[in-house]
Amino acid sequence: MTPNIDSRAALVATPRVSRLAEDTLLFLFTAPGDNTPPLPLQRRLWAVTEELESRREEMGLLEIVPGMGNLLLRLTASDVQRLQAHIDALTASVLNLWSTLATTLSPALITADQTGQTITIPVTYGGEAGPDLQTVSAHTGLSAEAIIARHSAGLYRVFCLGFLPGFAYLGGLDPALAIPRRATPRLSIPAGSVAIGGSQTAVYPSTTPGGWHIIGRTDVTLFDPARQRPALLLPGDTVRFVATGRTA
Amino acid sequence: MIEVIRCGALTTIQDLGRHGLRHLGVSQSGALDPIAMQQANLLLGNAHDAAVLEISVGPLVLRFEQDCAIAMSGSSFAASHSTPDAVTETQLLPGHVAIIRSGETLTLSKPLVPGARCYLAFAGGIDVPVVMGSCSTDLNAGFGGLQGRALQAGDRLPTGPAAQRQLETGKGIRPLAPSHILRALQGPDYESFTTDSQILFWSQPWRISHQSNRMGLRLNGTALQLEEPLELPSAGVLPGDVQVPPDGLPIVLSNDAQTIGGYPRIASVINADLWQLAHVPPGTSVYFVPVSLEEAIAARARQERYLRRLNELSQRSVACTSI
Repeated sequence: MTPNIDSRAALVATPRVSRLAEDTLLFLFTAPGDNTPPLPLQRRLWAVTEELESRREEMGLLEIVPGMGNLLLRLTASDVQRLQAHIDALTASVLNLWSTLATTLSPALITADQTGQTITIPVTYGGEAGPDLQTVSAHTGLSAEAIIARHSAGLYRVFCLGFLPGFAYLGGLDPALAIPRRATPRLSIPAGSVAIGGSQTAVYPSTTPGGWHIIGRTDVTLFDPARQRPALLLPGDTVRFVATGRTA
Repeated sequence: MIEVIRCGALTTIQDLGRHGLRHLGVSQSGALDPIAMQQANLLLGNAHDAAVLEISVGPLVLRFEQDCAIAMSGSSFAASHSTPDAVTETQLLPGHVAIIRSGETLTLSKPLVPGARCYLAFAGGIDVPVVMGSCSTDLNAGFGGLQGRALQAGDRLPTGPAAQRQLETGKGIRPLAPSHILRALQGPDYESFTTDSQILFWSQPWRISHQSNRMGLRLNGTALQLEEPLELPSAGVLPGDVQVPPDGLPIVLSNDAQTIGGYPRIASVINADLWQLAHVPPGTSVYFVPVSLEEAIAARARQERYLRRLNELSQRSVACTSI
């Protein structure tokens, strides 16, 4: 993607700011109704996030949570009497930061994009590891082999984390693989399951109920609270799935 | 060591929870009523954020292998401790220190308000490993507390070194009584609801559904409606946020709620009232009352002053002679 296209896309949205609790702000950088931010916009969001992370204490930030084209910020509110002044100052800093990152030529923005790692996740597709592969095949009209080929050919971007510790919201699923969620959610999706729900794909870091279609499984540990880097995948990272076999 | 002889569902180890980790998808966890948790700790001269037990279903039976001072706060249980020969049985007073002798059994039999949370602190705090900055049990992710799960019979709870002081004998700290009135600020999607639904939200009693848990309170009442369908991007959410899924019945997010959501938010319960979420069990009702930002901040400042006073009281407490 060229810098010119990046900066054009990044300039479209005007941020909207909402107050959640007395100590929390939500900045929405996408236009209303636009729920899948273009990569350049999300990249700009990562740059803002990174800048705020580096000044977390100085700015009195308790939580810095990037979402899909948005950012939640919660203050520690150590001085309640000055909370309102603190909120006003934070609003101004973030809006200022957002506008100074309006161009991809900004060094911070380039850095934010380059810090991302490329992570390869080996997947056993189908069979017991992926009990819904046939369902996806029936829905999409693609053979199991074609689904595996398309799913493992994709380069996915981690947009943000949430839902479960280490659960990555990935952008970049081949639209041909999209399938509505199951009518009845499963009571238990095993940890390591690789699944498709709507136009998204994800890997489940821990066992949880869920309505996505399981197409495979990985042995990779996505989240370990004892690890130096507890979450394997972080915003800005690129993910590649590699088929290691098919059990049926 | 304290041995768990019997235990109802969902008795967990909690402290003030995990903060600053929501960007990794890590929930807050922690005591649903942090005020009661701190009361119980301060009674014992513990650090205010020492790990305690959160209990909502009885009976809980513990056998003590050493002398230990304990304190109960929050919603009360009928509780007593008895000597090994079961000859002497002493009732436990909420908000007061009790000394349990080695070999004695402590029984929390029946909650005063079924489903409401009781906090039980032990002198020295429950000594379990700190995982990502907290001892709290994260039931969904399966870490913290005791192996990331609720207590079971047979578990053994280690305690840390006890402080050499506690509140003067006979003195106590009154547990707060919930008003069932939750003060709230308008949420970011408030204007997207019909005027009728906005009025309904603030005026009707909302009955707590039996599907409520530490993730959130599900509310029953007349369903709320949006002016038109609203598709929102996935964005950060916090305990206290009131989300309205497509069925129109609000969910008040609580400590174990996930970190990102996509449902319209009609309101946020102010921080100073979040402790009440621990004490509004299924079948009871809550009302939402609109407050200004200034009121929310003032209420929070009052609550912090109260906690500071408790801390000072604990600092002034007397040297402990009974153990």
